[in-house]
Amino acid sequence: MSAPKLLSANFGSEVSHRLDHYLERGGYDEARRVIAEVEPEQVIDQVKRAKLRGCGGAGFPTGMKWSFIPKGGDKPVYLAVNADEGEPGTFKDKYILTYEPHMLLEGMLICGKAVGCHKAYIYVRGEFDLPIERMEQAVAEAYERGYLGADVMGTGFPFDVVVHRGGGAYICGEETALLESLEGKPGHPRLKPPFPALVGLHGCPTVINNVETLALVPHITRLGADAFLKLGVESQGGTKLYCVSGHVNRPGIFELSPSVTLRALIDDYAGGMRDGAKLKAVIPGGLSAPVLRPDELDTEGSFEGLKQVNSMLGSAGLIVMDESVCMVEAMHTIIQFYAHESCGQCTPCREGTGWMRRIVERILAGHGRAEDTANLDSIARKITGTTICPLGDAAAWPVMGFVEKFRDEFEYFCKNGRSMVSGEKVGA
Amino acid sequence: MPKLTIDGREVEVEQGTTLIEAARRLDIHIPHYCYHRGLSIAGNCRMCLVEVEGAPKMMIACHTQAADGMVVHTDNDKCREFRASILEFILVNHPLDCPVCDQAGECKLQDYYMEHGAAGSRLDEDKVKKRAKAKQIGPNIMLDTERCILCSRCVRFTDEITHTHELGITERADHSEITLADGAWLDNRYAGCVVDICPVGALTDRDFRFKCRVWYLTAVDSICTGCGRGCNIAIHVNRDRPHKAGGARVMRYKPRENPEVNQWWMCDEGRYTYKQIDHDRLTEATVEGRTATVEEALDATGAALRKAGDAVGVLVATTATNEELYLARALFAGALGGHAAYLAPPQGEADDLLILADKAPNTRGAQEILGEQAADPVAWVKEKGVKAVVVVGEAELTGLKAEVDHVAVIATHPGKATEQAHVVLPGSVHAEAEGSFTNLAGRVQRIRVAVPPIGGAVETWRLLMELGDRLGHPFDFAFEDDIFAALADQLAPFAGLSHESLGRRGAPLGSGTTQPAEVA
Ligand SMILES: Cc1cc2nc3c(=O)[nH]c(=O)nc-3n(C[C@H](O)[C@H](O)[C@H](O)COP(=O)(O)O)c2cc1C
Ligand code: SF4
Ligand code: SF4
Ligand code: FES
Repeated sequence: MSAPKLLSANFGSEVSHRLDHYLERGGYDEARRVIAEVEPEQVIDQVKRAKLRGCGGAGFPTGMKWSFIPKGGDKPVYLAVNADEGEPGTFKDKYILTYEPHMLLEGMLICGKAVGCHKAYIYVRGEFDLPIERMEQAVAEAYERGYLGADVMGTGFPFDVVVHRGGGAYICGEETALLESLEGKPGHPRLKPPFPALVGLHGCPTVINNVETLALVPHITRLGADAFLKLGVESQGGTKLYCVSGHVNRPGIFELSPSVTLRALIDDYAGGMRDGAKLKAVIPGGLSAPVLRPDELDTEGSFEGLKQVNSMLGSAGLIVMDESVCMVEAMHTIIQFYAHESCGQCTPCREGTGWMRRIVERILAGHGRAEDTANLDSIARKITGTTICPLGDAAAWPVMGFVEKFRDEFEYFCKNGRSMVSGEKVGA
Repeated sequence: MPKLTIDGREVEVEQGTTLIEAARRLDIHIPHYCYHRGLSIAGNCRMCLVEVEGAPKMMIACHTQAADGMVVHTDNDKCREFRASILEFILVNHPLDCPVCDQAGECKLQDYYMEHGAAGSRLDEDKVKKRAKAKQIGPNIMLDTERCILCSRCVRFTDEITHTHELGITERADHSEITLADGAWLDNRYAGCVVDICPVGALTDRDFRFKCRVWYLTAVDSICTGCGRGCNIAIHVNRDRPHKAGGARVMRYKPRENPEVNQWWMCDEGRYTYKQIDHDRLTEATVEGRTATVEEALDATGAALRKAGDAVGVLVATTATNEELYLARALFAGALGGHAAYLAPPQGEADDLLILADKAPNTRGAQEILGEQAADPVAWVKEKGVKAVVVVGEAELTGLKAEVDHVAVIATHPGKATEQAHVVLPGSVHAEAEGSFTNLAGRVQRIRVAVPPIGGAVETWRLLMELGDRLGHPFDFAFEDDIFAALADQLAPFAGLSHESLGRRGAPLGSGTTQPAEVA
């Protein structure tokens, strides 16, 4: 499964974030060539054929997203780069910002050419001090040397980039909440339609893409669509950054072909289970992805592959749990997160997440009731599909998955007032 | 124009119409909290979820636009199930305050729960503690955040209608709370409207709080008399239990929707003018300062007018109805060959939403019906040689008594005019008679009887008719709409209009002859 390291070859480097280092590696050649020589439709077509899928979580085909931007409209087109990286278990974008900021900028330039955009914002998670510093430095360098600004590399193409430090809420990673936040308002997701491609930032057509998605773009134009597609699987071109955390020997970030199975990812790349412990469960795509049991790990680590097992690749953040983990407790951690991060707009998400959290807390304190397990499941079900943004679903799916796959643990805790795993109660 | 099917019935609507509005065309009510036709669409309560055939999930009717061929179900089992769960979610953190909540009886949470909820309660987790329980947030408004369902209507009102931005939502998740912006105080001129639009008892009017249970109230259509806009209102009266409210009969005004006039709103200044209806009223007649019966007072004025021959005049305040103005004109300028003019309306501040500088409800009516304004009443009587004058309504009158032999005042409250009077006749306020006003924009709008004339007061139009009788010019009007019919018969701008055709939303002057009158 050896894949070329398009994004991660220089992760950890002391110098790769500098413009000169990037230029030495042929950096900005693609942006220069595309801006000067390639028609926008051709760029979009190439990205479509390369089957680049959005790495922010939904896996939306990037070329198609770009093609929704109206051509020749009288409003400016904006690009908003989603560098909020708030999904627990995910830590890939900050590496790109830190070690390959110019690769991201180059991808943004190519996107700008493709959709007719001359102004971009990079919305970076507020806590990312070093990544923000690196990104700002890269932008400053690029301006100074003419890779950004009124006349990018002498092509006459103007392109401005603003690095925006985010407000610190998970919900600001949702694309329309991100736009609200960029506009200086509370990060509340918008009703759709209209979609951002038509009515986005300040009411103008806007492309929103994840950092990893955009950083892959120069590689598509360089390698060509076919070669890029070949690096991946039929439904998804290119390499993919996987973040593995939890009870493995070598937690970390791995750039692989999405043909890799989750089992191989854990055993071969992440060094297998820590201390020889037995694997119990894997959350495959960031916290929101429904949990998988050990017998479900031979699936391909692509967007389509994870769908086969009723879960999702999401942000490709794998959280690996061994048998020491009490699933009731684990679920508490999860639901606590969502109950805290719900923006509070929609009734089901606002009230339902807190309600589930309080039920789980009562169970943990040893006061569970026979009906709690079923109630958790039914509350979660009542949230799904009823909310403005997918956070409601993201909070509900893990609960449904945990209850479905580890129902005995929940029932045991409710019945006996203590964990099936540790034999103890957890809360006060 | 998309044609769609809602609950088995077809309807054709303009492009862009939302499902909730399309359903309204068919008189199908889709339960909702956050949606308000006067505000932007927030889509946050999720109460209006409906099933659209072929859609992967339930759709919110307040935001989803009708499309050709759509098949929508608003009340099948699935919809009812979703609605019940939304209600259950709303109640997760809602206090059981109904027995002490002013909103009880007009609360959308109570209403919908009775209709769609009624699930066995499994809501026994502790409720999230919010910060503000019964907190004053403006001169007239109380906020109870525990009762708030975070529909954001109040926030959108202050953002989009008054542009004053006093309110916002802070915190996240189930700690979200309505709060005042830093340093703000909800004292804009329309603040009372947030109480009207709050679907629950989270925002209440300090003036109304604990005064009366809403189920004792009767609503009567009327028009606010605060300025020349003529905002459509409902007068809420407590007919059966005035003893519970210190004798007060009128409990409050609520704005009534009229897209042509006030949309859904009214200003606070107008809202609280209801207090004048039961406060400090004239309830008996006086002759030369002594209490008299209305008959005696009418006889005295009748005699004085007869004596003056055609040197008689009437000065009518712009608070008078079109009907009263018409009678004054017909009697004094017509039958008696005397003079009739209207008094200058009081002036005040205007704004760019509803409030107009002219602080009277019927200046336009007076202009149309009497034509002439008596800017200076004393100069007017001198100029016209008037010897006996009847003043209808309140006016800033001084020195009139010295110029004429007789001043009679038909008024509702003591004031400068009654001080000038030989005879005072207690008349009716707008809430006590049928009639109509013409707002400054020329829209003729009805007022209805909410309460009978107070104490010994008599409808002003009846008093004018009684004077006619005593002067040998009896009118044969049995009801106020007969007077309006005569007015419409004689004054071209009113031609073709009638009380009936004015309906609940009124009609513009001139419209009776040019187009079929609008029926509400
Ligand atoms: C609650 C929530 C949080 C999200 N957080 C992020 C995030 O931190 N970073 C990100 O790229 N996308 C995030 N997304 C996905 C974005 O909404 C959006 O789909 C993505 O940025 C699009 O970029 P892509 O097409 O390149 O994947 C989030 C979505 C939701 C619903
Ligand atoms: S689903 Fe949750 S996070 Fe998303 S808009 Fe609704 S309340 Fe906010
Ligand atoms: S106070 Fe009333 S109007 Fe305002 S958000 Fe709460 S429920 Fe809605
Ligand atoms: S009325 Fe449609 S979501 Fe509130």
